[in-house]
Amino acid sequence: MSANEIVLKEEIAPQTYRYVVRHPKIARKRRAGQFVILRVHEGGERVPLTIVDSDPEAGTVTLIFQAVGHSTRELAELEVGDQVLDLAGPLGQPTHIENFGTACVIGGGYGTAPVLPIAVALREAGNELLGIVGARTRELVILEEELQALCSRLEVATDDGSYGHHGFVTDVLQKLLDEGQKIDFVLAIGPAPMMRAVSDLTRQHGIKTMVSLNPLMVDGTGMCGGCRVEVGGETKFACVDGPEFDGHLVNFDLLMKRQATYKPQETEACQLESHCRLSEHLRH
Amino acid sequence: MPHPSQNPRQPMPEQPPEERIKNFSEVPLGYTPEQAQAEASRCLRCRKPQCVAGCPVAVDIPGFLALAAEGKFTEAANKIMETNVLPAVCGRVCPQETQCEALCVLGKKGEPIAVGRIERFVADWQRERGEYQPPERPSPSGKRVAIVGSGPAGLTAAADLAKRGHEVTVFEALHEMGGVLVYGIPEFRLPKAILKAEVNRLQELGVKLETSAVIGKLDTIEDLLTEEGFDAVFVGTGAGLPTFMGLPGENLIGVYSANEFLTRSNLMRAYDSNQADTPIARGQRVMVVGGGNVAMDAARTARRLGAEKVILAYRRSREEMPARAEEIHHAEEEGIEFHLLSAPVAFLGDDNSRLRAAVIQKMELGEPDDSGRRRPVPIEGSEFEEPIDVAVIAIGAGANPLIASTTPGLETNRKGYIVADSETGATSLPGVYAGGDIVTGSATVIEAMGAGRRAAAAIDEYLKSL
Ligand SMILES: Cc1cc2nc3c(=O)[nH]c(=O)nc-3n(C[C@H](O)[C@H](O)[C@H](O)COP(=O)(O)OP(=O)(O)OC[C@H]3O[C@@H](n4cnc5c(N)ncnc54)[C@H](O)[C@@H]3O)c2cc1C
Ligand SMILES: Cc1cc2nc3c(=O)[nH]c(=O)nc-3n(C[C@H](O)[C@H](O)[C@H](O)COP(=O)(O)OP(=O)(O)OC[C@H]3O[C@@H](n4cnc5c(N)ncnc54)[C@H](O)[C@@H]3O)c2cc1C
Ligand code: SF4
Ligand code: SF4
Ligand code: FES
Repeated sequence: MSANEIVLKEEIAPQTYRYVVRHPKIARKRRAGQFVILRVHEGGERVPLTIVDSDPEAGTVTLIFQAVGHSTRELAELEVGDQVLDLAGPLGQPTHIENFGTACVIGGGYGTAPVLPIAVALREAGNELLGIVGARTRELVILEEELQALCSRLEVATDDGSYGHHGFVTDVLQKLLDEGQKIDFVLAIGPAPMMRAVSDLTRQHGIKTMVSLNPLMVDGTGMCGGCRVEVGGETKFACVDGPEFDGHLVNFDLLMKRQATYKPQETEACQLESHCRLSEHLRH
Repeated sequence: MPHPSQNPRQPMPEQPPEERIKNFSEVPLGYTPEQAQAEASRCLRCRKPQCVAGCPVAVDIPGFLALAAEGKFTEAANKIMETNVLPAVCGRVCPQETQCEALCVLGKKGEPIAVGRIERFVADWQRERGEYQPPERPSPSGKRVAIVGSGPAGLTAAADLAKRGHEVTVFEALHEMGGVLVYGIPEFRLPKAILKAEVNRLQELGVKLETSAVIGKLDTIEDLLTEEGFDAVFVGTGAGLPTFMGLPGENLIGVYSANEFLTRSNLMRAYDSNQADTPIARGQRVMVVGGGNVAMDAARTARRLGAEKVILAYRRSREEMPARAEEIHHAEEEGIEFHLLSAPVAFLGDDNSRLRAAVIQKMELGEPDDSGRRRPVPIEGSEFEEPIDVAVIAIGAGANPLIASTTPGLETNRKGYIVADSETGATSLPGVYAGGDIVTGSATVIEAMGAGRRAAAAIDEYLKSL
């Protein structure tokens, strides 16, 4: 097996893939909350993806991604035995883990994937764990079993009501809080609007909340400043200062707008490719 | 017959401005063999050549010029390469007018020898004809050195150590080797293919090149010296931290650091949208803030990306501009508008947080500051709105804390630069050396190379003492 080789590929939900990629050193060094940046081919973009899991003995890391646009679709075209061209990591700060008491982990869409390694670490630190998984529709719910095994209680919410609660993850969180469930810490990862909604809710209840931000990135080493986000009125570089930040302090509005920086160009690139509408439809 | 030194300096043919703003090809086209020979013949072969003192790696300038004057171009290139591993790069980007050429005796009365242009010519000649012969490799010393960062400092240290028989590995965070040479300096000043060819020579010297290796994250410096078994480490990580101004609206869409703007265009090749997937904002009205080489590069890049109007806002006057005269001249020829004694005080956006204008304030020059230059003083009430859709902040760079923050005991100064001996590059940690921009702050390619050379010599001594 050579470095950067894909040793396992699985479509775990429509347009959502789990790759196990060989990189013994990253597998050994990475900690929960960190990410890699990869390129698929010469001329390709540098794509950041969270390290979902690793196996230091086998020398592999697990990535889970959704084919939402040009570069992630190119990544999805690779097969077992292929290599990703470049794989840099582990980048970003590891998650701060401690025993908070009762922690609630919330994953939305592909964001459920990065929640998993942190849930494992929180559990190991002695937290009692609750979980909420959200997705647009039933078939997009991922990692339910894995989280089930870690959480004393796991709830699912789908936007269309095809599975679990009909609605958003915040409805479920509200329900737990209404029931008098004790929650000392919340970790929410998913689309920016979801992380904002969760943060707004927990702010009212004074529950410490961490979110993982996904601005556009280039180098991932603090060199370009393209990944800047505003947290508590200060500018931070998500790739080196984050990607996790206090959700109550994040300027989500700016994050979302900056994520759309190249929307005009992407739409153009998209129109040249037929299967684009599908991912347009899957994203939320 | 008068000595050829009386002849005028050979001019450099260039792409005309109206043509070159539509492409990313090199602006100067290079000498012909006749021009190179004629220019090299002007050299007086001074017994005590002043020019050499101006070159931080002490290229044997009269030596290589003598060979070039005889038409022995490949031999001339080999002569340069005894002390300089990147001649085609240096011939292009060295600020010769303040280095070697500044001290050339001919410059006292007339025009100095065009050392850089001849250096470039002979290096290109040798490469294009495949006449480069890698030097004999000495027997292995059994010692291993890790080089962190593949900018000019790291590449030079790597070459020198390999030539001394040590086993050298260069670790580079990005996916390509070269540091600022690959991510910062644009294609139209330094074609990437040329850089690549010079970097590839390192491999012929037996140097191992590892890209996508972010030291401090993957391995720390300490890991390299323990787990990985290296005997010494050279840190040449550059001054790659972007500086922002802390102005309102600075995070609007369309406001870039020069690093991001240039990295997207150069490293990621965003200028070539047929080949590359990475996007870049192609503004119609672009404002670059700053007055150095980086600002000129950004402005000229924006022009080539199709901007109708490119403004360069600089807070002092033309005299204080730190950019090379040649770069300023090229920028002006390409229609870059200089707004001197002007600085933005805010950026304004539309409802989607896209940049729509900059608020610019006029300045006047006051008393000299620490740098000896007259301090710009804002003129109250002079603010006006300049409509723009892209802004590039090019006001300098700082020290990236990645290495320092993960290397306990490594001494840094107040600004975060690594403290290292200027002669040996020795840091506060035994076996750890540093040089280039991460020690001095932003400087020049050739100064970084000089630091790499000196550190390599010191590391060699250190390894012998082990
Ligand atoms: C630290 C970090 C960790 C990440 N981890 C994962 C992960 O584990 N799994 C995963 O599937 N994705 C992850 N992402 C997001 C992933 O990098 C983007 O989806 C990918 O770069 C999109 O590239 P594309 O060319 O396929 O899509 P594009 O064509 O560039 O974009 C398609 C759509 O996605 C949006 N988009 C583009 N980049 C991002 C981004 N960085 N974040 C959010 N939306 C974006 C665009 O605005 C557009 O609407 C992560 C991002 C960051 C910064
Ligand atoms: C746009 C621009 C134009 C310039 N034009 C000129 C010019 O015309 N002439 C001139 O003489 N000088 C010029 N300069 C200055 C010159 O490029 C620098 O002084 C020189 O490159 C410094 O060399 P260096 O080796 O110290 O570092 P750099 O060239 O900065 O290289 C450092 C390398 O280290 C890597 N690195 C950083 N951290 C890590 C890590 N933790 N692990 C692994 N790798 C790491 C970086 O990715 C980078 O590749 C210019 C600079 C810029 C930005
Ligand atoms: S390396 Fe640079 S400074 Fe030295 S002789 Fe060549 S052009 Fe001049
Ligand atoms: S100082 Fe000028 S004339 Fe004298 S050796 Fe150097 S380049 Fe030639
Ligand atoms: S991605 Fe360039 S600084 Fe974060």
